[in-house]
Amino acid sequence: MALVLNEEQRLLQETAKDFLGSRAPVEALRKLRDKRDAIGYEAALWQEMAEMGWASIIVPETYGGLEFGFLGLGVVIEEAGRTLTASPLLCSGVVGASAILLGGSEEQKQSLLPAIAQGELTFALALEETHHHRPHHIGVTASQQGDGYVLNGSKCFVLDGHSADRLIVVARSHGKLRETEGLSLFLVEGDAPGVTRTRTIMADSRNAANIHLNNVTVAASSILGEVGDGWSVLEPVLDRGRVALAAEMMGYALESFERTVNYLKEREQFGVLIGTFQSLQHRAAHIQSELELSRSVLLQALSSVDDSPEELPVMASLAKSRLNELVKLVTNEAVQMHGGIGVTDDLEIGFFLKRARSAMQIFGDTGYHKDRYATLNGY
Amino acid sequence: MEDLEQFRLDTREWLAANCPDSQRQPITPEQQYWGGRKGSFPSKDAQTWFERMRDKGWTAPEWPTSYGGGGLSPQQGRVLKEEMKRIHARTPLFGLGLWMLGPAVLEYGSEEQKQQHIRAIVNGEHRWCQGYSEPGAGSDLASLQCKAEDKGDHFLVNGSKIWTTTADKCDWIFCLVRTDPDVKKQEGISFLLIDMDDPGVSTTPIELISGESEFCQTFFDNVEVPKENLVGELNKGWSVAKALLVHERKLMSEMGSESPRQVLTPNEAAKQYLEFEDGKIVDARLRSDLADYDMLMQAVALTHFRTFEEKAAGMRSAAPMVMKYVGTEAEKTKSELLLAILGSRGLGWEGDGFTEQEIDTLRLWAMSKAMTIAGGSSEVQLNLIAQKILELPQP
Repeated sequence: MALVLNEEQRLLQETAKDFLGSRAPVEALRKLRDKRDAIGYEAALWQEMAEMGWASIIVPETYGGLEFGFLGLGVVIEEAGRTLTASPLLCSGVVGASAILLGGSEEQKQSLLPAIAQGELTFALALEETHHHRPHHIGVTASQQGDGYVLNGSKCFVLDGHSADRLIVVARSHGKLRETEGLSLFLVEGDAPGVTRTRTIMADSRNAANIHLNNVTVAASSILGEVGDGWSVLEPVLDRGRVALAAEMMGYALESFERTVNYLKEREQFGVLIGTFQSLQHRAAHIQSELELSRSVLLQALSSVDDSPEELPVMASLAKSRLNELVKLVTNEAVQMHGGIGVTDDLEIGFFLKRARSAMQIFGDTGYHKDRYATLNGY
Repeated sequence: MEDLEQFRLDTREWLAANCPDSQRQPITPEQQYWGGRKGSFPSKDAQTWFERMRDKGWTAPEWPTSYGGGGLSPQQGRVLKEEMKRIHARTPLFGLGLWMLGPAVLEYGSEEQKQQHIRAIVNGEHRWCQGYSEPGAGSDLASLQCKAEDKGDHFLVNGSKIWTTTADKCDWIFCLVRTDPDVKKQEGISFLLIDMDDPGVSTTPIELISGESEFCQTFFDNVEVPKENLVGELNKGWSVAKALLVHERKLMSEMGSESPRQVLTPNEAAKQYLEFEDGKIVDARLRSDLADYDMLMQAVALTHFRTFEEKAAGMRSAAPMVMKYVGTEAEKTKSELLLAILGSRGLGWEGDGFTEQEIDTLRLWAMSKAMTIAGGSSEVQLNLIAQKILELPQP
């Protein structure tokens, strides 16, 4: 049974809803934004989330994790999407943990995964080098020096890049710019000599940085997986990130849609509730049908991570491109249907609108995933 | 679970032994068997296959055995479907009796009605059509005017019904009729079964833009209908009709996945009609449209699967209510995409200048336009979603 949640997962969802709704509502993101918070999330909140096991939902119990699988992760991250909660959940709890799980040696797993689980160690994937998601467009070089490597080059749009304890840097030891062959994943201390991190302030008030690497030395023991074969780790890690982010995006869509439908039931114009207007009813009903289709896709994508990984590439691209389009539609309609108040900073709908645009770029926009889906399907 | 596996093995074995080879080929409209007094078997094998399935009750696998059905659980029914699909076994009997009227009679009918009609449907003896819409009552179905007057021992029916699919080939028609003109329009409607051989019933086919004339108009001129042909209570026909519409909408939303015609899929069409370079379709727009379509259909298929799982788990969601809208709109998208992929080869109406498949593609494109109108138009579906799921205020 992959397309319905079980009792345990539903309970986890309730817990997440209660906790995030009271402890980290959208208002919390507004405060972080307004006080120009240095790390961009509340460290104490992340500790509490880790204590509940949320930093390690996908990590096996043997490494101190909750081992609840991706459907379990999905319900928590969707609730975090509803509240737009800023935390290292996606970058450390999903992407970082997956990179170590899929690429790490036994020694790396034992030393790093329990630390992630306890919320003591955060990660950021330093991947992008251009303004579009192009995961094999890698120009950062890794040159061999003695037993180790020296990294040089620049990364952009590194999520949590300014605050993470460790970076996972995707660099090239051989091959040409767009080849998948020749990539490796290097674990680098966030404050290692030669690393310059510049925080970027983006529309979504969340956290990212540009990173420059100038003769950064890395020991051979700090490579995740085989040298030159990083793509075989990176691709499934990205797919897991895409699916998890799709779950978060479902949260934005549901929350902004529900708020909008409620508004249609209370706002009066021309002497009647605006929800009686058929032009608005049909648009809202269309969104409901898109939500239903997206829900099925999301559940299948999440369960494919654990149950049928051979389907994951197709499902991840399907889920990410569908949720991209869904959040674009819903957030635009949410603003429009709220009318004038919809474009004020006072109304939280704007936060969803802006965050949706970031999420649409992270790990691949619709064009990227549609192209990938077509290619995977043989055309 | 174990029992279900055993059932699967037994079913597989039975199908292997009993389904004639010729009945394991893709089915064309001419090869379908729809039963009825005016019906005939398309082939000897089709008859054998139908009779074997009928004798097991598997023309209606999930109906009670007491009325001739197969008595299977929904899970077993699904296994049977899967096993039939696996060997491409044809559906042995088609018809609105199986898909729509049967479920309604089983739910709302009297014991006598079940005895009279259910077995006749399972056995393919009666072919049914639907009499809902009228020339003056389309999307506003409840405004229907075809009237049935109480004449003591019978109803006297006068009026006409439109879009009565294949009425000229049917034995019985299930109708919505006005039995009380003086109350709110939904409250004066009854659900009546009418034998089409009765004096005063006549039918004329209507030609459509697809060139087909499956749809008819049926006229009732002083038709005397026995009182026992009323299904459910007098003036409560609207609720029977609503329950039945759910079956119809589900059916229509699934048509894409189980089209009775052997038509090109957009994927096959692309390989046949489009230029490829390095494994990619050269026309960027069509490649993108094809990906959009495939993604949509995968989402629709997953949602069908989800509604099944939810039903099995005793859960309810809004998903079933959006499927008519989503499924039929997707069918239209598919037809437009096919036409675009075929280019001028998709414009053939008849004759030797085009393959049969090309002509079929065009005819189906024209037919697809009706899908978002029949069974409650897309606009009516959106009204329903707004009202029932979103609970938006009504004007």
